[in-house]
Amino acid sequence: MTTRKMIRQLLRTPSSLIGIILILFFVGVAAFAPAIAPPPPRARDPYDMPRYGYSSEPQPPTREVPFGTTEGQYDIFYGVVWGTRTAFTAGLVVTSATLVWGLLVGTIAAFYGGKLDNVLMRIVEIFQAFPFLLAAITMAAVLQPRLGKGIWTPMVALIVFGWTGYARLIRGDVLSVKNRDYVDAARVIGSSDLRIITRHILPNAIFPTMVVASMDIGTYVLSFAALSFLGVGVQVGYSDWGQIISFARNWIPVLSKYWYIILFPSLAITLFVLGWNLVGDAFRDILDPRMRGAKG
Amino acid sequence: MAAYIVRRLLVMPIILLGVSVLIFSLLMLLSPLERVALYVSDIPHTADGVDRLIHKYGLDEPLHIQYWNWLVGQKDTDTGEVKGGILRGDFGWSHTAQMTVIEAIGQRFPASAELAIFSMVPMLVIGIYLGVQSALHHNKWIDQVLRTLSIIGYSIPTFVFGLLMLMLFYSVLRWFPPERLSQWAKAIVYSPSSGYVQYTHMFTVDALLNGRLDIFLDALRHLVLPVIGLSYLNMALVLRVMRSSMLETLRQDYVTTARAKGLPEKIVINRHARKNALIPVATIGGLLFIGLLSGVVITETIFNLQGMGLLYADAALNLDIITLLGLALFNSMLFVVGNLTVDVLYASIDPRVRLS
Repeated sequence: MTTRKMIRQLLRTPSSLIGIILILFFVGVAAFAPAIAPPPPRARDPYDMPRYGYSSEPQPPTREVPFGTTEGQYDIFYGVVWGTRTAFTAGLVVTSATLVWGLLVGTIAAFYGGKLDNVLMRIVEIFQAFPFLLAAITMAAVLQPRLGKGIWTPMVALIVFGWTGYARLIRGDVLSVKNRDYVDAARVIGSSDLRIITRHILPNAIFPTMVVASMDIGTYVLSFAALSFLGVGVQVGYSDWGQIISFARNWIPVLSKYWYIILFPSLAITLFVLGWNLVGDAFRDILDPRMRGAKG
Repeated sequence: MAAYIVRRLLVMPIILLGVSVLIFSLLMLLSPLERVALYVSDIPHTADGVDRLIHKYGLDEPLHIQYWNWLVGQKDTDTGEVKGGILRGDFGWSHTAQMTVIEAIGQRFPASAELAIFSMVPMLVIGIYLGVQSALHHNKWIDQVLRTLSIIGYSIPTFVFGLLMLMLFYSVLRWFPPERLSQWAKAIVYSPSSGYVQYTHMFTVDALLNGRLDIFLDALRHLVLPVIGLSYLNMALVLRVMRSSMLETLRQDYVTTARAKGLPEKIVINRHARKNALIPVATIGGLLFIGLLSGVVITETIFNLQGMGLLYADAALNLDIITLLGLALFNSMLFVVGNLTVDVLYASIDPRVRLS
């Protein structure tokens, strides 16, 4: 299926259209964050949420702070807007880094096969022996004293344990491609391994892995938020949805009174992830030939 | 079959060795001072005392010697007592739990296991039922609604869902409180004079064994929200697997045969199709259960449920790496052995697996 045909089909399905609109909406918010929520004049870092005082009790929405302030008087609206950028950064960086690393390991394993394949795949299994979120939490805690608190610690932690699925996936597809005639032909005319892999094998094997990776962006944003929620992510006061929501933990018995400290950031993260999931779901449908044409 | 099990059993030690090397290398990122907690519970405050301990437990030795010591333990030169050694089941001292890591696991595991067992029931029963319905009404409205619901479900973070439930059912309605027991029940369970015996540390089971229906109901009431929070997400997964497996099965020749020979649709679905469609669900169910057993960090944190997951979260917040790595080691062993069990069971019910 050509890319154009696929895009047309994505736009035709109502659910994926909603997904695309949601993603575009967040792209807009991220791009225009400085205009929507201008950072205070002498802010050191635009990602630091401005605070209006130091009282711990959250304050309800007003005209100045449309989403209210959370514990420590952090501006929720500002955090939600700039948190969009954090979410895109986390989702895109983690996904592309894990993808590249997974592609590298999986392709090498499948292309060279034999002992190397065996060793690499055992390493994959070792990394998969840890439940993903638990492993990421441990890794983030180990890294924190070394990298400091911030956006990089949770991202690196997710990358270290996130690549294994892609390695397995691409390995299977490379295996099915590497013995095709055109690959042999390329080998006969003396192409280098690198050229064979990049020109002949990967273009024909990479697609399913790319699709899975695109669907994982939402999942990684959730995991990133979970790390922040647990306190092993970004530093306090950084514009990050998971971090804003984590303040609500201290107000559980009276949450109904302070509903705004959870509602707005939760809505942001849910809609963001929903956008990716809707597109991903339509993608899977288009690509799975067994489910195609079985309508009605 | 036997060959399959043997092959898997031969790979397992390699994986476990790899896991131990991985954990050990994370451990080596720590300073020797931090690693002293592998052997002693209180670290002296003088530089001199610390140096003595580091030397005593060989924390300045070459890597391979330290790895070996970490595996089998170290003899204390003063008392002659062997300390540490993960193979001896000594994972070090947990500052977060204020007891050894193994004791902490022993204390926290039943809570996580109880939650896992209770969550499995709605997850499988409802997930399978809805999956079958979804497949039978493929692309009809019920299929579409369930599909939309599960995509939305997947998009709500567990901590958001948990907090929203607490907001409604605890903060507003006061029906289902967090934690594992109410104050009055705790007073009985933890009091030495009440004659209440904690056999398993799973509160529902213990309450029944002690014949205390009131405590049983109280424990059950505290489980409602965490169970819903845990099962809604995994239910969507079970639903999805059951749906596609059922769709696949309904296309098989033997289903057509069963229909062709005039069997009523109900029997075709219940006897012929569903049973075979359940095989992948059995695998996914097994894997989910193992995943739940190792503790669910987010859910336990939100509901303040003192299981392995909450210990994990607390240790992470304190940057208590010794506890984290001890738990990680335990979890990965659980995971590897559990996976093997699931695979072997899977192979025994589905002969196609063995041949591939």
